[in-house]
Order: sequence, then structure tokens, then C-alpha cells
Amino acid sequence: MKKSLFTLEHARQLTADTYELVLSGDTSAITAPGQFVNIELPGKFLRRPISICNWTEDALMLLVKVVGEGTKELVRCVPGTELDVLSGLGNGFDMSLAGEHPVLAGGGIGIAPLYGLAQRMLERGQTPTVALGFRTGKDAFYLEEFAALGCRLLIATEDGSLGVKGFVTDCIKAVPECDYVLACGPLPMLKAVHALPQLRGGQFSFEARMGCGFGACMGCTVPTKDGYKRVCKDGPILYKEEIVW
Amino acid sequence: MVNLSVNLAGVELKNPIIPASGTFGYGREYAELYDLNVLGSFSWKGTTGEARLGNPQPRIAEMTGGMLNAVGLQNPGIDAVIEKEVPNIAKIFQGPVIANVGGFSIDEYAENCRKLEDVEQVKILEVNISCPNVHAGGKNFGCDPKSAAEVTKAVKAATSKPVFMKLTPNVTDIAEIAKACEDAGADGVCLINTLLGMRIDLKSRKPIIANRTGGVSGPAVFPIALRMVWDVYEAVNIPIIGCGGVSSAEDAAEMMLAGAAAVEVGAANLKDPFACKTMVEKLPAVCERMGVEKIAELTGAAHR
Ligand SMILES: Cc1cc2nc3c(=O)[nH]c(=O)nc-3n(C[C@H](O)[C@H](O)[C@H](O)COP(=O)(O)OP(=O)(O)OC[C@H]3O[C@@H](n4cnc5c(N)ncnc54)[C@H](O)[C@@H]3O)c2cc1C
Ligand SMILES: Cc1cc2nc3c(=O)[nH]c(=O)nc-3n(C[C@H](O)[C@H](O)[C@H](O)COP(=O)(O)O)c2cc1C
Ligand code: FES
Repeated sequence: MKKSLFTLEHARQLTADTYELVLSGDTSAITAPGQFVNIELPGKFLRRPISICNWTEDALMLLVKVVGEGTKELVRCVPGTELDVLSGLGNGFDMSLAGEHPVLAGGGIGIAPLYGLAQRMLERGQTPTVALGFRTGKDAFYLEEFAALGCRLLIATEDGSLGVKGFVTDCIKAVPECDYVLACGPLPMLKAVHALPQLRGGQFSFEARMGCGFGACMGCTVPTKDGYKRVCKDGPILYKEEIVW
Repeated sequence: MVNLSVNLAGVELKNPIIPASGTFGYGREYAELYDLNVLGSFSWKGTTGEARLGNPQPRIAEMTGGMLNAVGLQNPGIDAVIEKEVPNIAKIFQGPVIANVGGFSIDEYAENCRKLEDVEQVKILEVNISCPNVHAGGKNFGCDPKSAAEVTKAVKAATSKPVFMKLTPNVTDIAEIAKACEDAGADGVCLINTLLGMRIDLKSRKPIIANRTGGVSGPAVFPIALRMVWDVYEAVNIPIIGCGGVSSAEDAAEMMLAGAAAVEVGAANLKDPFACKTMVEKLPAVCERMGVEKIAELTGAAHR
């Protein structure tokens, strides 16, 4: 983990409530896709945890959905704004366990960490299938970006306005050879994906309200089969076998 | 050169800055960030007789100027701490350690303190009496002068180390509780623990914290903590560790003026993991501006 200043380079609106932010700064503490950053915002006591969508040596990309005051404040920042960021938090995905036929499953804003993950898996010679779920076609984002990476892309929307009508789980069922999942999204989605019988294993990214984000306060701990774990430090990625719903 | 050293019931601290219990774990996470030896001391996570899993999620809520927590004293239990954490602490911090102990009965407090008797690095016992007494309908020990005194007596009988009673602010007259602890033999007091509060989510119309209520801490409680330290300083003659909302070296100096001999810093560490280190670095300049050569001179100076 590192504490440093990042400068907002640009912000782009993707849907009615979702934005892409590109920041410049020292990303040397980031070691794996699926890690997150914790961002200090003026007027807010607690930092806001946001997944790392992607990163380079000196740039950090985030996808942010506005749900309250803090995220509103964050997407309102103008280019040049300096933000105090704790970077490289959490364990991140372990790509080495994904095998021959991994599927990356994302729901809504949960697709964010899967983008950097997909890119890095492709660089390693792995061929992930990407399954993304949204409420409607209007809520979908980052499809072109995922497509441009060159991985097989499956889309589901709840109202059928884009891709197949249904949920991410329906996409995954359509690719029965995929036997390992790397997932991020709302809890009901994670639970449904976890229950798919075709999976021999998987990694699931969890959320929790955080005090510190770096393992010191026990604010974020959840029960697992392997004892209580801190979502911020031992997670946010938990493994299929250890998860207690 | 400003002299930053302070004395807590015979224990010399090289400066008055102490990370507060529950915000610093057992030091591991912060030791990855900076050399903990810059600190005067640190107070480890409230440790109970048995391991505790704590409260259900969510445990954290935000508010203007601070936060609420209902961690519920999650800790691995005193035996595991002595076995696994103490050897690690020896590697990362060579100064005096404050052992924060919790308990749900008078015997548990005494037993926990007895187990720490031979732990060399632990120089001060900080007894958190904001815990419910399971033998008295769950009323907090710290809410009643008589039970606060009983815990103090039992702990004093179980240890030769200095005992600081950590007081809850959720009382009508905190000075009365402090006095009861002093009369029962406490070597010092530490105040304040968190203030009881709650938040409700407008959308779900339900409390945000699963436990319903949580402890309020952070900058918003600073004036309350300061006032309580002031009141207690007027009432007792034992050293006070001032705690609550301290976020800067200036706040620390102000807390000392109110009567604190040393200062604990809690929630500020969660927002800025370097908060304590920064305070230690800035204290000399603050003292110089105030025209003091020995920081210990600040203790209680506002009363004179
Ligand atoms: C590991 C992790 C990764 C995340 N990645 C992303 C991401 O890539 N993009 C994105 O848009 N959002 C992400 N989130 C969710 C994001 O942290 C919350 O939406 C945000 O904190 C809400 O802040 P607010 O002030 O707008 O909302 P408010 O509801 O006003 O926030 C009040 C408090 O609750 C906390 N809180 C509210 N919702 C959540 C939540 N879902 N998870 C954790 N804390 C919450 C806030 O941090 C704050 O302390 C992630 C959360 C976690 C834990
Ligand atoms: C997340 C969290 C956990 C805490 N856990 C403990 C604890 O285990 N024992 C204890 O005596 N105090 C505990 N406290 C209280 C703090 O030590 C401190 O007394 C209080 O937070 C006020 O200081 P602050 O405003 O600087 O945070 C905790 C506080 C927080 C924020
Ligand atoms: S948020 Fe503090 S331990 Fe996870």
C-alpha cells in the first residue's frame, strides 16, 4: 500500500450515472487486478473504496457509479484536481488458478476490475470469456472497450434490450466448458454465480463498509469457512470454497 | 530542541503521541508503512479472555466530522495475542506498549491482566470498562462508579504494572467515575472512549449499522473529549491520557493544556495511516510557537 497524490486527467460520462476517471500518479503499489484504491474526498471523513479498473506505470483508471454524496463529489472533480489516494489495497485476483476456460462475470459497476483483469489474462496467454450483466441496454457500458481487448463477450440484460434476456448466469450456462469464474457484482449476482454447478472453482470480489481499508480496524470483516476475514486486506477477493453466504 | 518526553505513572514515553486502541490493531499494518519507533507508545486492540468474532455487518457508518463503529471487540483472545502478536510486536516496536484489555466480568479483567504480567514490552495496562457486565444485566462497568471501582481493585490486585482505566463518556459525570477509579487504586485514567450514536438510512428506513447503535469518534467529538479531560483533571491527581477527536499536533497540545499527560489518536489513523507520525514530526514546531521547551509543561496549563 502507498499513500500518494493522484491528479485527475480526465473524466468521461458513460451512462446516466456511471463515469470513467483517468488519474495520473504513482501506481507502484498495485500488484494485481482486483485490488482497490481508497480515496479521500473533501468534506468526507471516511475514504471511498473504488476498484482498480486498469492501470499503467503512471496512470490509474476507475469506473465510478454515483450512489451518494461521495461518489457524486468524485465524478464532479475537474481535470487537474489532486486526490489523496491509498493505492494497492487488498489481495486481488490470482490469475494462475483460472485454468484453460475461465469466465469473468460482472454485474453493473462490478465489471470495473474485470477489464484490467481481462487485459492481463490475455497478456499471459489465457483466453477469458467475459460475461457482463446490466439492468437494461441503457445501463450498459464499456462493451466496446472489452470487445477491443479481443475476448469473447457475452451480454445479458434483465429486460432483454441488449444481448440475452436474463442474468449473467444465463450467459455462463451457455458456455458450459467454462469451469472457473472470476466475479464481481452485487451480492445476489455473486450468490447465483457461486451456485452454478459447472464451476469447479472461482474467485468472488466482495464489498463492505470500511473504516480504514488497510486491515487495521476490523470494520469490514466477514465470516468465511476459514474464519473471519477482512474484506479490505484478506479480500476483497474470496475463494469459492471459503465463502459463507 | 524541544523535549517531547512525558511520564505516565512512572513509564517514560519519548513523546505523548499514542495510537488509540482499536484503530491500530497490533501494529502490523502500520509497521508496513513506517517505523513505529517514532511513537511514544501504542495501545493495542481491546483484548478479551476468549476470541471474539464481533458484530454482524455493517459495522461502520460515516457522519460529518467523524464515524461510527460497532466492531464489537473482535479480537483473537488474550492467549493468542500473547503467543502470536507479542513476538511480532517485539520486532516492530521497541518502546513501551499499552495493553488494552476488555472483559465481561470482573474475574475476566483480572485474569487477562494477570496473563500479561510476564509480558516484558507491556508497560501499562489500559482497562476498557465500556464493556457490558454480563453479571449485572449488561450495564457497562464504566457507567457506575461502584463497578468501575470494583474492576480497578480486582485488576490492581492481579498486576504489578501501572493500571489506566479507560472511561466511557456515556455517563452524566465522568469526573465522578474517574475519582472512584483513583480511590480504588488506579494509576491513571484514559478518556474518552466512543460516544453512543446511530445513523438511519433514508431509503431502507433502517439503522445503517447492523448492531443499530455504534460508537462515535473523530474530529466532531474533540470538544466533548477536551471538556471531559478538563473536568477529570480538576477531580483527580493521577495522570490522564486524553483521547477523542485528536487530528493534529495542535489538537494534541490543546488536549494537554486541558490536563492530558499524553494523547491517544484513534479515528484519525483510519483516514490517514500516517496521522500519528505526522503529529510527532509537527509537535516540536507547535511547542516552539507556544514558547515551551518541555512539552510536559503543557499538561493542565490551562487550569493555572
Ligand atoms: C472493494 C470495493 C470496491 C469498490 N469498487 C467500486 C468501483 O469500482 N466503482 C464504484 O462506483 N463503486 C465501487 N465500490 C462501492 C463504493 O465504495 C461506494 O459506492 C461508495 O463508497 C459510496 O460512497 P457515497 O458517498 O457516494 O455513498 P454514501 O451512501 O453516502 O456513503 C456513505 C458511507 O457508506 C459507504 N458505502 C456506501 N455504499 C458502499 C458500498 N457499496 N461499498 C462500500 N462502502 C459503501 C461509503 O464509503 C461511506 O463511508 C467499491 C466498494 C468496495 C468495498
Ligand atoms: C474502529 C474502532 C475500534 C475501537 N476499538 C476499541 C477497543 O477495542 N478498545 C477501546 O478501549 N477503545 C476502542 N475504540 C475507541 C478508541 O480507542 C477511542 O477511544 C475513540 O475512538 C475516541 O478517539 P478518536 O476520536 O480519536 O477516535 C475504537 C475506536 C474505533 C474507531
Ligand atoms: S476496513 Fe479496517 S480492517 Fe478492513
